[in-house]
Amino acid sequence: MNAIVVNNLTKTFGSFMAVDHISFHVTKGEVFGFLGANGAGKTTAMRMLCGLLKPSSGEGRVAGFNIDTESEEIKKHIGYMSQKFSLYNNLTIRENIRFYGGLYDIPKKELKQKTDELVEQLGLTSYTDKLVQSLPLGWKQKLAFSVAIQHSPEIVFLDEPTGGVDPITRRQFWDMIYETAHNGLTVFVTTHYMDEAEYCHRVSIMVDGKIAALDTPNELKKIFETENMDGVFRKLARRAKRNE
Amino acid sequence: MVIKEFKHVLRDQRSLFFLLAQPVMMILLFGFALSNEVKETKIIVVDHARDEISKTLINRFEQNVYFRIIDIVPDESMADDIFKKGLAKLIIVIPANIADDIKHQYKSIVQLIADASDPNTAAIVSTYAGAVFRDYQNELLGLVKMPYEIKVEQRMLYNPQLISAYNFVPGVLTLIMMILGAMMTSVAIVREKELGTMEVLLASPIHPLQIVLSKAVPYLALAFITEIIILILSVFVLNVPIRGSLFLLLAESILFISTTLALGLLISSSTNQQQVAMFISLVGLMLPSLIFSGFMFPIENMPLPLKTISNIVPTKWYYNIVRAIMVKGLGIESIWKETLILATMTLVLTGIAIKKFKVHLE
Amino acid sequence: MISIVDITKTYEKGKITALSSINLTVNQGELFGLIGPDGAGKTSLIRIIASLLKPDAGSVSVFEYDTQKEYQQVRNSIGYMPGRFSLYQDLSVEENLNFFANVFRVDVEQNYHLISELYDQLAPFKDRRAGKLSGGMKQKLALCCALIHEPRLLLLDEPTTGVDPVSRNEFWYMLLKLKKRGITILVSTPYMDEASLCDRVALMQSGTILDQGTPSDICKQSGLVLYSIDSNQSFHLMQAIKEYTNTNTCYAFGSSLHINLKDNEIEGLMSYLSAKGFSGLDYIMIDPGIEDVFMEKLNQVA
Repeated sequence: MNAIVVNNLTKTFGSFMAVDHISFHVTKGEVFGFLGANGAGKTTAMRMLCGLLKPSSGEGRVAGFNIDTESEEIKKHIGYMSQKFSLYNNLTIRENIRFYGGLYDIPKKELKQKTDELVEQLGLTSYTDKLVQSLPLGWKQKLAFSVAIQHSPEIVFLDEPTGGVDPITRRQFWDMIYETAHNGLTVFVTTHYMDEAEYCHRVSIMVDGKIAALDTPNELKKIFETENMDGVFRKLARRAKRNE
Repeated sequence: MVIKEFKHVLRDQRSLFFLLAQPVMMILLFGFALSNEVKETKIIVVDHARDEISKTLINRFEQNVYFRIIDIVPDESMADDIFKKGLAKLIIVIPANIADDIKHQYKSIVQLIADASDPNTAAIVSTYAGAVFRDYQNELLGLVKMPYEIKVEQRMLYNPQLISAYNFVPGVLTLIMMILGAMMTSVAIVREKELGTMEVLLASPIHPLQIVLSKAVPYLALAFITEIIILILSVFVLNVPIRGSLFLLLAESILFISTTLALGLLISSSTNQQQVAMFISLVGLMLPSLIFSGFMFPIENMPLPLKTISNIVPTKWYYNIVRAIMVKGLGIESIWKETLILATMTLVLTGIAIKKFKVHLE
Repeated sequence: MISIVDITKTYEKGKITALSSINLTVNQGELFGLIGPDGAGKTSLIRIIASLLKPDAGSVSVFEYDTQKEYQQVRNSIGYMPGRFSLYQDLSVEENLNFFANVFRVDVEQNYHLISELYDQLAPFKDRRAGKLSGGMKQKLALCCALIHEPRLLLLDEPTTGVDPVSRNEFWYMLLKLKKRGITILVSTPYMDEASLCDRVALMQSGTILDQGTPSDICKQSGLVLYSIDSNQSFHLMQAIKEYTNTNTCYAFGSSLHINLKDNEIEGLMSYLSAKGFSGLDYIMIDPGIEDVFMEKLNQVA
């Protein structure tokens, strides 16, 4: 079963084609890396998949729902986390979990139990009633991830979730991603850390609004004759015309 | 630097439009809407007397452009009904023995019953009616009928604060200067802080005060232009003349603009967020400025503590100065005291603002 | 050039400690990197050096000027780029450059040679509003504006954050060229791999310096013994290694795993893995990189 299917998806803003007829699919339980330079069309594409932006043409299905006509349903079945937007700094951990739980209609009784479990898993029990802003960034991001998936979505979209985080926490974060993917959650992640691209099952790289490459990291390295994903990215990005 | 600031202001077209359009709109709207309101007020006359005198009086009201008699009834009860339905704003009750009373007792009591659910109109209409009676009274006393000119003067003196273009234009001027000088300037400075570009400017050889002053210049210019526009509108569209020296008016305005700029600077030093700056400007500065300036509510009617407060509000002084020059046509000899007070305030505020200005972040 | 002595900085009346007794020197002509994640204190430190923030304790001198007492002199000779927000979005590329040149009282034409390589790429877009440029272009423009007055010291706060790897690369290439002209450059970055491009670095975390020196010295002196095994993207392999009693740390690095053992007996690990059913595995010993050392130091602190 495919968690995400996209066919000739296009988005134009006036005369500018931000996303140019992209087609791909993501299987359930996959960790899918969505890479590209700034301005390549990544963010626009992601927004369409999250039901935040309507495509200009083409079609896409996320968790089985049509991204053009059923965007509200999509929002209920996905989780979202980004570097800039995750938790409210001036609310406590408990309050944040409760708030987001409420957004996704998790019943109150279940919520209380989930909160306790979640907090214990992360080892934050003693911080439950402290303000989020008192947490170090790494903890915040891990917490944000947990909150993003607490309503058991089928797919979670992560927009540069590890930006600026220390190297140990980054890896712990990816451990969490792996574990949830193992349990069936599909992960759609963008990142600027090329080593993280290696942790994905498959990676796509967008250039000038199109998908320039899509395959497993190993295959890509073979095709582009490079040692690592960094090399692959460089070779592709250099061909980009949209460099302004 | 100043050039850059001008560019910023000019490119922010939405704000610009809002700023310039507002006073124009205000003036046109209020000026025209108001000037129609006071004419043709519907009144009812209850004529108990039904004699020569009452007939003359009624005639006067009929001929008066400010009134329109919709009914003349013999007693109050019939008037009551019409009044309750809101069909008239004023009932004039002429007593039965008016002729007699005047001849023998040299006085008579005429009742004016006004619909005070609209207190402003009620007050005006009553006063107008009163004026008609006084006119008549003076006639009876044998005084010569007043020439048209003086009538106009009377009207000015009698009008309560709010509804008169003569009071309105100075009020609008004061308000706009406040908005431009204090609010826009403080927001512009704080915006720079919020955007992060302020950091870069501070870390450069430019003296921090230069940064701030260059922000003020476009708003000073804008305020000045707006003032000219308002004055042109007032004179040619609303027929509110500038009786005194235009030059003096403009000079005083520049002084007041400086006051507001100093206030704007003070506000900007106390916050790093645009929204807070705007909030402080509106609620903390403009609201009290408006209330205590005398524009909306007569200061003379305020209790003593509030009256005292109004003395430290710069808008009060500027408002008075403008009224003095525009409406009363006075010169510097009459307003030097107010000017001095305003100038001192400006200096003090500027001093405090400069001291408080942060040369470092945080 | 820059001398930082015992700097401490707190926010919110001492509740948040951003910097704690920092001691650092940057030499003339150096390309110095402040390497660390968000919250390490990099921005606070750079702002203090730029004289924009006052420390709670300690002193900083830049070109022999004290940043607190003689801040105007400091400000006269530095170029400061606070990362992502240093341009006027509604002014064009050209207008931004002219403005900053003006601010520093220099002539764009006269000093054009300083930025020609950078600006030539921007020149075709000179009338475009800065707000409409891509991230990489904005960084280039910001750098031009900071350089146009030929500062002796360039302070760059996370100039490559949020920028894709290719643009990041180009940016560092430009920095190295600038260094050759004799400009002293202090850069902060969360990207560990950029450390190796600097002359000397300071590794920062939570307001303290974990280590400082040349990147190679830091790595050599760490005493860290590391082995690398190809992970083949196997989550299970990593789990197994972590469960091995003698494993100290096991971290993923792209397609390989960096392992540090308590007794450095790699053969012991290999047998264990073999017994667990993992076949065809091979190991090599590797020199620790900055990221390895950073994590090691973090663990030591914990």
